Amino acid sequence: MTAGTAVLHILVFPGFLFLAVLGLAGEFVDRKLYARFQNRVGPPWFQPLADFVKLLGKENVVPEEADRPIFKLAPVFALAAVLAAFLYIPLWGPKSLLPFDGDLIVVLYLLLIPTVTFFLGGWTSSSVFATLGALRAITQVFAYEIPLFVALLAPALLANTWSISGIVHYYSAHPALWPVNLIGLCVAMVTLLGKLERVPFDIPEAETEIVAGSFTEYSGRRLAFFRLAVDCEAIVAVSLVAAIFLPFGLGLAPWAGVLLYLAKVLFLLAVLALLRTLFARLRIDQMIAFCWKVMAPIAFLQILINLVVRELI
Amino acid sequence: MPDKEKIVRVPIGPQHPALKEPESFMVDLQGEKISSIALRLGYNHRGIEKGCEERTYVQDVYLIERVCGICSHSHSTAFVQAVEEIAGLDVPPRAKYIRTLIGELERVHSHLLWLGVAGHEIGFDTLLMYTWRDRELVMDLLAELTGNRVHYAMNVIGGVKRDVPQEQFARITSVVDALEERTKYYVELAMTEETLAQRLSGVGYLSKEDAERFGAVGPTARASGVDRDTRRDDPYAAYGELEFQVVTDTRCDVFGRAVVRLGELMQTYSMIRQVLKKMPDGPTSVRAPLKIPTGEAVSRYEAPRGEDVHYVRGNGTDKPERAKVRAPTLANLQSVAKMLENGYLADLPIVVAAIDPCFSCTDRMVAVRGTSESKTMNWEELVQYGVRWYRERGIDLSNVKMRGEVTA
Repeated sequence: MTAGTAVLHILVFPGFLFLAVLGLAGEFVDRKLYARFQNRVGPPWFQPLADFVKLLGKENVVPEEADRPIFKLAPVFALAAVLAAFLYIPLWGPKSLLPFDGDLIVVLYLLLIPTVTFFLGGWTSSSVFATLGALRAITQVFAYEIPLFVALLAPALLANTWSISGIVHYYSAHPALWPVNLIGLCVAMVTLLGKLERVPFDIPEAETEIVAGSFTEYSGRRLAFFRLAVDCEAIVAVSLVAAIFLPFGLGLAPWAGVLLYLAKVLFLLAVLALLRTLFARLRIDQMIAFCWKVMAPIAFLQILINLVVRELI
Repeated sequence: MPDKEKIVRVPIGPQHPALKEPESFMVDLQGEKISSIALRLGYNHRGIEKGCEERTYVQDVYLIERVCGICSHSHSTAFVQAVEEIAGLDVPPRAKYIRTLIGELERVHSHLLWLGVAGHEIGFDTLLMYTWRDRELVMDLLAELTGNRVHYAMNVIGGVKRDVPQEQFARITSVVDALEERTKYYVELAMTEETLAQRLSGVGYLSKEDAERFGAVGPTARASGVDRDTRRDDPYAAYGELEFQVVTDTRCDVFGRAVVRLGELMQTYSMIRQVLKKMPDGPTSVRAPLKIPTGEAVSRYEAPRGEDVHYVRGNGTDKPERAKVRAPTLANLQSVAKMLENGYLADLPIVVAAIDPCFSCTDRMVAVRGTSESKTMNWEELVQYGVRWYRERGIDLSNVKMRGEVTA
């Protein structure tokens, strides 16, 4: 790969531009489905883009007491981390753009960075609502991250590799084995709601309690990039889940492969939208108790199952 | 004292997404727990009571209806009942039945509205969208019956303004049937949905003793086991001739308040059917004099939010000497601070919403005389104060003409 094609890959396809378009489309799908589940009409297809453009044109306000560099850089870091994670996930082929052994761990940590930027952005805003949102965001991380990590590492344990491309390769070779991880898929989808801060785990930005949480003081361009980062995070997280838990049909022709990939993403987004339609927001203590007492044991059960299966074959 | 943790002061209001009207709750937090709360009224005072004293009784009915945008019929009924009592008017039975009908339809739309707001406060927007969709049925029906969705303007002193003809009964019955089906679904949802129960059970506890001590009214009191309902205890309009049960609950929490409201909805549907069955023929109003004789009366009305009390004193002219409104929220507000003791910040919106607050109906101005802190100003002093306040901040308003040609 020459430097020129590498830059093209990173910035355009399947890098930043592709991810951004997918992110906005994903937001539309989510909002439209959410609206239809609630018996509403929902937004037109261009609404996420229109919101983004509108926010770009709005005034940028930085609170006087904010820590300016961190406040300004937080949205950029969020977006950059999400984009970097995207490059290590195999989308429709069996290989990602830049695979290496251990990239699963790197992706998981890159996906943690947006949450850390929410915390930093909220904390440095020096407003009570943002501070509370930041504290809640970081508290929530310790609840959902463990079951999510365990659920995502279980398939890797069975495949005996720490590379996502390796996992995909393994399950393509043993197609009968991927249904073993279905429990992990369920755990991953539920905990993803926490990562993406959606109902019932939208505690860090609970509108009726703390306004917009970490984002309360953000406006204009920076808010637009934060929102884009959240949209892209959803796509990246869903792609990761699709790669690890639904690793079938990867040897198809490129166009069919892309269509299958989009179908998987659409399916998982629909499940996420359905989940957030069904529940009321939990309280932070209930959320932590749920993740530790229910989700974590189930995730460890998946590890146990995978260890047994590995011994059997 | 666990004062190791820093106390954070969070201003919930006067402008906050959880509140639909301006009101201030200054909350001191220890982590996520509420350590103390300071309530402040007075952001939405409109001077309606004073306005009533300066207008005729006929105009007052119009003004009083605008005390509340949800229980408008409650306030106007309570007011005209007081005036009718002073004037000694005998309201025709058909008018009483129509008042009851509109009052109960209003209760349906108010309780459905509450259910949606409660859902929104705990982040369950699906419930909000569903209940408000269903609420449209009763809103449309009210618009058909009265011409308006919210301010029905049905009451006049001496009766009601419009008749509800027999042809509309079938339509009312069909709407009530449809809503009854939907309400059954919500009852089932409330009883089976796990996250809903988790967020509502044990939250905002108010014991029976406290409910009585703080003078709670309406569903808030009934959910704490206080068996009190003006419709049964002091019947007005046609309630004395209807069969119904007063729904109470002993859970004493927000969940109990939801259960009571849902139960009341089911009772209300049966009451509407009885009203349609028993409605007598006859005139819908008697002629009322413009000048109301000297006298005073207190009128009680069970509004959707609780007991609404109106007091009117006439002095023989066409204007009341004094009109006083005690909206149910004022009675319930005292118990909110009790409910929030040792609660979580996350529970504050739903606990406040659980009394179904109506802040602008409640808002009043109190001048405490003889203290050094409070001071009353007349209009001119207020203008001067405003001009001075802005001038200190570099804005010169002295050339702006104010009402009464006052220039500073």
